[in-house]
Amino acid sequence: MAKPTKKHWSDYLWIVSATYFTLGFFNIVFAWLGVICFLIPLLMAIFGGGKGYCNNYCGRGQLFLQIGNTLKWSRKKVAPRWLSSKWFRNGFLVFFMFFFIQMIILTVSVAKGVNSLHETIHLLWTFDVPWHWAYPTAVEPWVAQFAFGLYGIMLTSLIVGVILTVVYRPRTWCVFCPMGNMTQMICKLKNK
Amino acid sequence: MASKFKAVSEKDRCVACGVCVKVCPKGAISIYKGCYSVVDEDICIGCGICERNCPVGVIHKIPR
Repeated sequence: MAKPTKKHWSDYLWIVSATYFTLGFFNIVFAWLGVICFLIPLLMAIFGGGKGYCNNYCGRGQLFLQIGNTLKWSRKKVAPRWLSSKWFRNGFLVFFMFFFIQMIILTVSVAKGVNSLHETIHLLWTFDVPWHWAYPTAVEPWVAQFAFGLYGIMLTSLIVGVILTVVYRPRTWCVFCPMGNMTQMICKLKNK
Repeated sequence: MASKFKAVSEKDRCVACGVCVKVCPKGAISIYKGCYSVVDEDICIGCGICERNCPVGVIHKIPR
């Protein structure tokens, strides 16, 4: 492995990411903190920070590096070329947004009382996994619904990212990460 | 620097994740305005570490 240059505080943000996923096992309301991972990269890209989030502050990306490089759970093979094609990256962004919007719709319907709270997390866009133990104290049903929804999205990307880390290289997730794609689009539009 | 090699990045396929920037022992790589990676050929020693770490496979070690 490469000799790392001098460690910076931001090189330890993988601990924050690991803590986030751990907290979600005990109290789902902590999943709300994940909103930070959506807002900061976009705000940085819009207000001149470029891809500073991906480059320095993405705890999840660092978690993949820890798994692949520090634990050495990675074959270190480069990912197939189609994974970084515009078609796949943009297609995945649309796919991701579809599920994100669906999650927002469910949250709104719970807020309106049309739907009852689902104490499950939707994993890998397919499975509804029971997660009721992580809801010890009741909050507003829509607040809890959003937390369950967001945590499902976050955990799904973690699972996919870890699998890709093992099969290919650490941070192969970043190749088509919807947030990374969106922030790069913003940067490219701004620097046309 | 009398290295026989240097790194080049395919800027149209780069996802600007910044892995290369972090692993470069010489600090020769930067992300240009959040769009793609750029290698400073004058600093690059052609070690190939970036090539081995790039998850996209867009940085290549080539002869100078």
